[in-house]
Amino acid sequence: MNSIQLATFSNHAIYACLAIFAVAFVAHTIEVAWSVRNVSGQTKTEFEFTRTDRAGRIGTAMMILGFLVLLIAVTARGMSAHRVPWGNMYEFSITGALTLTGAYLFALAKYKLRWLGLPVSLATLLTLGTAITVLYRPSEQLVPALKSPWLALHVSAAIISGGVFLVANLVAATYLWMDAIEKKGPRPTWAAKIPSLESLDQLSYRLIAFVFPLWTFAIIAGAIWAESAWGKYWGWDPKETWAFITWVAYAAYLHARVTVGWRGKRAAWLCIFAGSTFLFNYIYINIWGTGLHTYSGL
Amino acid sequence: MANTENSIDIGVVGLLRWGWRQLTSMRTALILLMLLGVAAIPGSLFPQRSQEPQKVDQYFAHDPSLAHWMDRLRLFNVYASPWFSAIYLLLFISLIGCVLPRTFTHLRAIGKKPPLTPKNLDRMEGHRIIASADTAASFELARKWLKKNRYRLRIQDGSISAEKGYLRETGNLMFHLSLILILVGVALGSLFGMKGETILNVGDRFINTPTSYDTITYGKFQGQGTLIPFALTATDFAAKYDPITGQPTDYTLTTSVENPIGSTPKKIIIKVNKPLTYGSTKIYLQANGYSPIVTIRDKTGAVVFNGPTIFLPQDSDLTSVGAIKEPDMTPQIGFIGTFLPTAQMNMKRGGFSSYPEVLNPELLLSAWKGNLGLDSGTPQSVYQLNTAAMKEIGIKALLLGDTYNFGEGSITFTGWKSWVNLQIVEDPGKMYALFGAIFAILGLLISLFTRQRRIWVRVGSEIEIAGLAKNGIPGLDKELEDLTRALSGSKEEQK
Repeated sequence: MNSIQLATFSNHAIYACLAIFAVAFVAHTIEVAWSVRNVSGQTKTEFEFTRTDRAGRIGTAMMILGFLVLLIAVTARGMSAHRVPWGNMYEFSITGALTLTGAYLFALAKYKLRWLGLPVSLATLLTLGTAITVLYRPSEQLVPALKSPWLALHVSAAIISGGVFLVANLVAATYLWMDAIEKKGPRPTWAAKIPSLESLDQLSYRLIAFVFPLWTFAIIAGAIWAESAWGKYWGWDPKETWAFITWVAYAAYLHARVTVGWRGKRAAWLCIFAGSTFLFNYIYINIWGTGLHTYSGL
Repeated sequence: MANTENSIDIGVVGLLRWGWRQLTSMRTALILLMLLGVAAIPGSLFPQRSQEPQKVDQYFAHDPSLAHWMDRLRLFNVYASPWFSAIYLLLFISLIGCVLPRTFTHLRAIGKKPPLTPKNLDRMEGHRIIASADTAASFELARKWLKKNRYRLRIQDGSISAEKGYLRETGNLMFHLSLILILVGVALGSLFGMKGETILNVGDRFINTPTSYDTITYGKFQGQGTLIPFALTATDFAAKYDPITGQPTDYTLTTSVENPIGSTPKKIIIKVNKPLTYGSTKIYLQANGYSPIVTIRDKTGAVVFNGPTIFLPQDSDLTSVGAIKEPDMTPQIGFIGTFLPTAQMNMKRGGFSSYPEVLNPELLLSAWKGNLGLDSGTPQSVYQLNTAAMKEIGIKALLLGDTYNFGEGSITFTGWKSWVNLQIVEDPGKMYALFGAIFAILGLLISLFTRQRRIWVRVGSEIEIAGLAKNGIPGLDKELEDLTRALSGSKEEQK
């Protein structure tokens, strides 16, 4: 296949992904919704659970399938441009969606996290949908400043960190939600499968502790690259500034947790705050911001 | 008796005081850390002088009094402002105050044995009692198991006190000390560094002395005359563009460099991501554009000017504007020019360039006569014509080779050259910052992935086990479970 065919193939694969993640989303919705109806009818509980379980399993299967097709789409996109597929915001977004689902599936293999499939499939759908409709750019070569081996290191570290930050945010938000529910009384049946408050709290901490060094690396790799491309390793470019703010916010989160002993609600809010600085950077600065990080239109 | 009570009292007070101090200093550090993040925000919302001076000027043009107040608050210079500096300096003082004593404590603890086994193990985490027929054998098994799992042991009075994860604090301290190293690197760079820019036509030679620069700034403690004595000639510049989108895909500058001046010239290629490096000095290719070449003749036909004039690009298709000044004619003559590498016309935009490469060059000129104002003493831009004391005498669009007779003489558009903008930077602190960054990541990895915990084993009529996980890091339960299994496994074997 030549470049144009590969790019077209990649676009078709993205549309296929939209369909697959839509099915995953519906399956996960059914899994949750079916259990909701269950609250009153206590007698049929067991039977109903197996049916929701099947919906959940379909959801997971679709997530895996979607991940694989998305992987092919991202790879084809990269091959069509003869480079890593992280040259503009469309490509960041599809790769970001790939890491998000990847992080979810990886976590799913280790923990009982299927409940997270609903927000993850929704987030993936929204990301891919925006990417292909609003952010789409034809596949093309990179501007000279982007031609560097640091592109692969800097951007992949940033994208993976971003994916994990988002998952940690979803977990922290779930914590706050469950906390609000438990204040009123015992959890309803549909929420029974969601892990305890304590494990949610632990999980978001672990995700961040795991990814914080990677985010630090992303910033440092960026600085090393900036030194060779722009002549200074740190220039307070808006994107750099917000990456720094995100770093400071997560550093504060880790200190608050490990040294001061913050747990639960306060920690969850701080986690969400830190995650939103990342989102602000990704969305606001990319689209409306100025500075050296805005190369490719988007 | 009274004596011991007294010492416990002081101990408790001392402990409280220590705890209080620890907590407050950590709180302060945390607040300062968050403040630093918040203080960085305005710099990303308002234009900064160091990055976009034109946009700052727009603020002043739009609302001078507001801009004046914003300037007083240093909102256009956030990262060099006193309030921003105050926050990070306070943060680093707090950091040093916290980290240095801890480093000494940590160093003193090297090779020390773990603390004594506490009296009441049942107050500790995961406390359990295992029945054992042969306590001596079990004790030995526990010792071997702990040793195998890389615990440091203290065996005393029939108990084992085991500790692991000493490296956690090492990594933690390494991370924080590295941050200080990064700050030192940044400070060295700004105090002893140099940064300059120059625009060079292809074919021209640049000699590295302060007067050759268009702009040059020194660090506070950087003396002049410390520049590396090199000379650089731009022999060729090639830009490649994507034929469909017009986006640049490659810039290659070929240079011939003498270092030191007078030595045999070396051919060196500079690219956007490949600066030329001499020690801590680097030479970067930052920007490029076109210099149209014109020949100006006076009324008698004598050549008064012949050469390239640097024009500044206005868009990605390199529509470039500039000024050509001729002070030696009477009256003085000036031109405001627009150079279009690939000229195109439409009703809406007039003349513009549709592609960055020179395919259909055109030079649009408006000619002015009068006083250029060069002798007035106020510095003026070489790219702009001060028309205050001048009169427009005509406009003309020139194709390559065309001549325009403007009454006082004539101007011929004879060709063009590429120019490159070189940025020359000296930053002696860079390596410190880089090493700081590398050690910071290493320290971070070590401290976040080392699990620090203690396990105690006491043998009496039965075996007592308990543990303590520092910072509530999970995994202690599993480890205690494993130890228990190792001990009870032995019991079964003995049976």
